[in-house]
Amino acid sequence: MRYPEDIKYNKDHVWVKETGAGTALIGITDYAQTQLSSLVFVNLPEPGDEMVLGDRFCDVESVKAVSDVYSPVSGVVKAINEDLLNTPGAINDDPYSAWLAEAEEVTETEELLTAGEYKTYCEELEGGS
Amino acid sequence: MKLLFEKSVPGRRSYYLSDLDVPMASLPENLCRKAPPGLPELAETDVTRHYSALESRTFGINDGFYPLGSCTMKYNPKINDSVAGLPGFAGLHPLQPIEGVQGLLEALDMADRCLSQITGMDKMTFQPAAGAHGEFTGLMLFKAYHESRGDAARKTVVVPDSAHGTNPATASMCGMKVVNLPSTADGRVDLVKLQEVVGPDTAGIMLTNPNTLGLFEQEILEITEIVHKAGGLCYYDGANLNAIAGVMRPGDMGFDCVHLNLHKTFSTPHGGGGPGCGAVGCKSFLQKYLPGPQVQKDGGRFTFDQSDESVGNILGFYGNILIVLRALAYIMAYGKDGLPLIAKHALLNANYLKHRLAERFEITNKGLCMHEFIITMEKEAKASGVTAMDMAKAIIDNGMMTPTMYFPLIVKECLMVEPTETEGKETLDEVADTYIRIYDALMADPQAAKAFPVNTVVGRPDEVAAARNPILRYTSVDS
Repeated sequence: MRYPEDIKYNKDHVWVKETGAGTALIGITDYAQTQLSSLVFVNLPEPGDEMVLGDRFCDVESVKAVSDVYSPVSGVVKAINEDLLNTPGAINDDPYSAWLAEAEEVTETEELLTAGEYKTYCEELEGGS
Repeated sequence: MKLLFEKSVPGRRSYYLSDLDVPMASLPENLCRKAPPGLPELAETDVTRHYSALESRTFGINDGFYPLGSCTMKYNPKINDSVAGLPGFAGLHPLQPIEGVQGLLEALDMADRCLSQITGMDKMTFQPAAGAHGEFTGLMLFKAYHESRGDAARKTVVVPDSAHGTNPATASMCGMKVVNLPSTADGRVDLVKLQEVVGPDTAGIMLTNPNTLGLFEQEILEITEIVHKAGGLCYYDGANLNAIAGVMRPGDMGFDCVHLNLHKTFSTPHGGGGPGCGAVGCKSFLQKYLPGPQVQKDGGRFTFDQSDESVGNILGFYGNILIVLRALAYIMAYGKDGLPLIAKHALLNANYLKHRLAERFEITNKGLCMHEFIITMEKEAKASGVTAMDMAKAIIDNGMMTPTMYFPLIVKECLMVEPTETEGKETLDEVADTYIRIYDALMADPQAAKAFPVNTVVGRPDEVAAARNPILRYTSVDS
């Protein structure tokens, strides 16, 4: 399981990477893709769509189930990773380069975990269940 | 396997007519086909063998144990088909004058009253064709109710995270927003969280009880009260009614509306896309919004009526009536005293099998379960790589249907087992022995676990390829 240090995480297994003033890349974590197993579809928002912290902004479908992905920020969709529409398996191959969407005009970000904190959280989930 | 069309031989027939010995009549030219229809030309043996071959590749409850959790794959007694097949029912036309269908209307009225009594509702519609269709109907009633009171801001539907996927899908289809309600550690509705999420925007809650973890929501009266106090309505998803039918009633738990999967609880045929019925019942204050024509008794005569405030029709005519008649036959066969035994035996069977399997498997239900229980193979998956999928494939290889897999989503590596009431102790023992034998074999050789099944026509299809690149047009595999 990988937990890169240069990004932040939330407890819904979404990662956030700040890319500049008020912009951030968003994706799902290694833990998330492992739990979901092979991804077969992603539904992404449209550039320009509003993103609301805690609201669903896209969904990912694996061979097991469809899962909503909730936005860790409030802002506007600047860009989406269109390649994923044809190759959703890229998220399984490398979840940290396969970003889902880039947000801009970010006005609010939820309190995020560091790599170390998130790693501890995931290990608790694995050990405690 | 070839299609019937591919087996066609020009000129072959199942019958040969005698020579014409009366004058031949012709249709007007404009009504005649230019070419014969492209139907397969076959002998009767070609057809019967084709369908027997198809049947041999399928597995149903007539072939063996079929424990799909939360699906209640119950046996369909033959008496149901005898009743539905009576020519006075099977030969009817939906546009037949009402005087000629009094018997059918009486039967539908009887089914309405029986199912209303079993669920604690006041009125039923049989128009919805399936469970999810029933859910949609139920939420349409909620919407109509709120709108009629000028309370149209109620746009959110609370759905527990253990719910069937159809619940959030239904809410979305009705233009509502889903509020996901996390479960407590023991898998039940969290009253504190529920209190937090309900408010002036709450249209209602959708709930199964017992829930999909096979747990009875003991605080159901508090749950429905919280939702009602917030101004919302309570919808009962009948998916798990088999565990309580005849013993307790959703209406008494505080639910305002319920759908019944007649194929789950009342032994009508299951799935396959064929005619089904997701009967919806409601309390009297929602009755005027029900879809479709309602059977009314006017003196000694039955008629149809549809309220001006009805949400409209959601299927043609009166629903799949022959399915309703099967359910009625089942209810009448058991009678008021017999009906509660169904749920009791379903619970007894589930608890017996759970107890037997607990010898080897980790079972998430602590203490007694309701009509189904959940095995988790999370530890095995981590320790040796043997997954619930491997277990399921090996079960299939042993000539049994698997339990439901990877549902509910909140339990990892799970198998959800629902034996239903019609299995005898011998079957349950055989199942337990087989599961334990398979388990020991898989754990002894985790590498070999990936090879199963080896005895079936289809082994392990490529699930990603099947989802990404489905082949939707038939081409013969032999050609």
